[in-house]
Amino acid sequence: MPPLPDPAPIDTDAFSAGLLDPERAAPPHVTGPNGKGAVKRYNVYRNNVTVSLIDALADIFPAVLKLTGENFFRAMAREHVRAHPPRSPLLFRYGRDFADFIAAFEPARPLPYLADVARAERAWLTAYHAADAAPLDPAELAAIPADQIAGARFAAHPAFAVITSPFPVFRIFSMNRDLMDLAPVKMDQAEAILVTRPADIVTVSHLTPAGARFADALAQGLTLGEAAGLALETDPAFDLNGALTALLSAGAFAAVAASDDGGD
Amino acid sequence: MTSFLTPVGSAPAAGKTASPGRFAAATSILEDAVPAGAGVGFKPDHLSAILDDPGSVGFLEVHAENYMGDGGPPHRTLERVRLDFPLSLHGVCMSIGGPKPLDEDHLARFAALCERYEPGLISEHLAWSTHEDMFLNDLLPLPYAAETLDHVCDHVDRMQEVTGRRMLLENPATYVLFDNSTMSETDFLAAIVARTGCGLLLDINNVFVSATNHGYSARDYLKAFPLAHVGEIHLAGHTEQEDDEGALLLIDSHNRPVADPVWTLYDEVIARTGPIPTLVEWDSDLPDWPVLRAEAESANAILRRHAPSAPKVRHATPA
Amino acid sequence: MSKATKTVLSGAVLAGAVAAAVAGVNLAGVSDAHAANEKCYGVSLAGENDCAAGPGTTCQGTSTIDYQGNAWTFVPEGTCTAMELPGDRMGSLEALDRDLPA
Repeated sequence: MPPLPDPAPIDTDAFSAGLLDPERAAPPHVTGPNGKGAVKRYNVYRNNVTVSLIDALADIFPAVLKLTGENFFRAMAREHVRAHPPRSPLLFRYGRDFADFIAAFEPARPLPYLADVARAERAWLTAYHAADAAPLDPAELAAIPADQIAGARFAAHPAFAVITSPFPVFRIFSMNRDLMDLAPVKMDQAEAILVTRPADIVTVSHLTPAGARFADALAQGLTLGEAAGLALETDPAFDLNGALTALLSAGAFAAVAASDDGGD
Repeated sequence: MTSFLTPVGSAPAAGKTASPGRFAAATSILEDAVPAGAGVGFKPDHLSAILDDPGSVGFLEVHAENYMGDGGPPHRTLERVRLDFPLSLHGVCMSIGGPKPLDEDHLARFAALCERYEPGLISEHLAWSTHEDMFLNDLLPLPYAAETLDHVCDHVDRMQEVTGRRMLLENPATYVLFDNSTMSETDFLAAIVARTGCGLLLDINNVFVSATNHGYSARDYLKAFPLAHVGEIHLAGHTEQEDDEGALLLIDSHNRPVADPVWTLYDEVIARTGPIPTLVEWDSDLPDWPVLRAEAESANAILRRHAPSAPKVRHATPA
Repeated sequence: MSKATKTVLSGAVLAGAVAAAVAGVNLAGVSDAHAANEKCYGVSLAGENDCAAGPGTTCQGTSTIDYQGNAWTFVPEGTCTAMELPGDRMGSLEALDRDLPA
């Protein structure tokens, strides 16, 4: 008598459950030809899934890889892949929770700046794929009457991101993405990173903590007056002129609009 | 604001699709047809070398997902490529072989790319890669039976409906079989074609890999394959491993030149069908451009030998 | 919302800073200035979707190493060793030994 047809001929639950869990047995109904064993055959899929996702993280986080070394990185990435597999089929979106994972990952504790470097690398790739927009023409800002300038509000460019850190994250990032020669750095120097994409080239720039607070406040939609006030509270020596020049030159904004509210 | 593809036709898609209505087998005249010659899988690393010296490469194929970002350099690259070449848009993670309805967001992204870049061919895989909301990033296998056939046909119908175009479905390379399969892979593919009107993308390396892995004849498989519905052929390299019993297990790795037995099978197929657009895939351990270009030249040599002007050509026609 | 210590700049000071800032901007020079930064037109994509199978080894897909399960054996050995760590973090390998289960 022929066997009854299986009521659920594709059991994707069982097939997928084992892909990220090497302790599980191969799923039911999976076989080699003529009923041969299929453990190593199923392992091909396990390997494809795991290795390709680790490779994706290695591509997205090359500075993290350099900082930890290949063996540590791949072992850490494997833990991450199993705990946080991708939710989007677009691999370039993967790794958005990798920085938080690193921050909580015991064996990475000797590198306390590692999570912030990961945040910067993730922001880099997000900026790379962000929507197209022309950077703000500084003439638009210059055209705002002086009595309305304090109330001016900016729209961040789609590629804009700021990463803050208690560590010298700009130099660590830059040195480990071959943008700067490797040199010792003092770990107690706080730095922030500005990520932008002027002229379709992803650019990372150094921001002081006050500059980062200024940029972030403007991107959140606070007025120029409010943002300058916050930056001055962070650092009374904050250079407003220089920070604004740097942000405009880096293409941090897409638009500006005057308003009368003066930021108060 | 963005520069688009003025030389090839219509305005860029901003998300609105002026749908041509129900799926029709004829492709739009706006699309540059992919020629029945050799093309290669496009890698951005090769961009300047390709533009400098394309050789006889007649079209390029891209993985659709890599151009599904909102903007930025990937689109500049594809816009540039599209100026010089007809395009084939190859999806790698639609999960057509899974039991759940297709991801409508992903379908919309795919359709927007079709609008924007006007590919001559669009294709996807007979495989699944998403489970619940988890993306597994591999082309996973399915049993061939009545229920899975229903799922796949629904999904092919939906993809053709949303894109408004005929799609090609690719035969997979597999490492396992299912003891609850009730149909052969070729019967399964033929049934999909009959029910949905889709075409097929015949990957001859996948045929060779699967035949070796499962102990059947690649020639017998190709005899049973519905060749009249093949709109594109894929060729690629594979690597060798061992299975549980120490027998040869081939891996569809796309990191090497096309193997000799695959070239032989290709020659035999083209002798029966006449020229068909043929793509050489090379996805990891990328070679310098001249190496990949030479693979395409090899395919073109075979295509020329069986071109319609030659005396012994038989055109495969639908029965 | 307003804090007592809130810093408020006069409109005239802001307008002066904006005028000076705008004069200093060189957008046209942006791409040159950052040419040595990271060029990303026509370079390989990070996080690329592929339709190929992975490399031949199965060791990474099937390894059961789990740091929770006391089997974690890797230490960071990248460029961090070139960096000067503050205070008692100078001895990074000792710190690691201390942090890890035996």
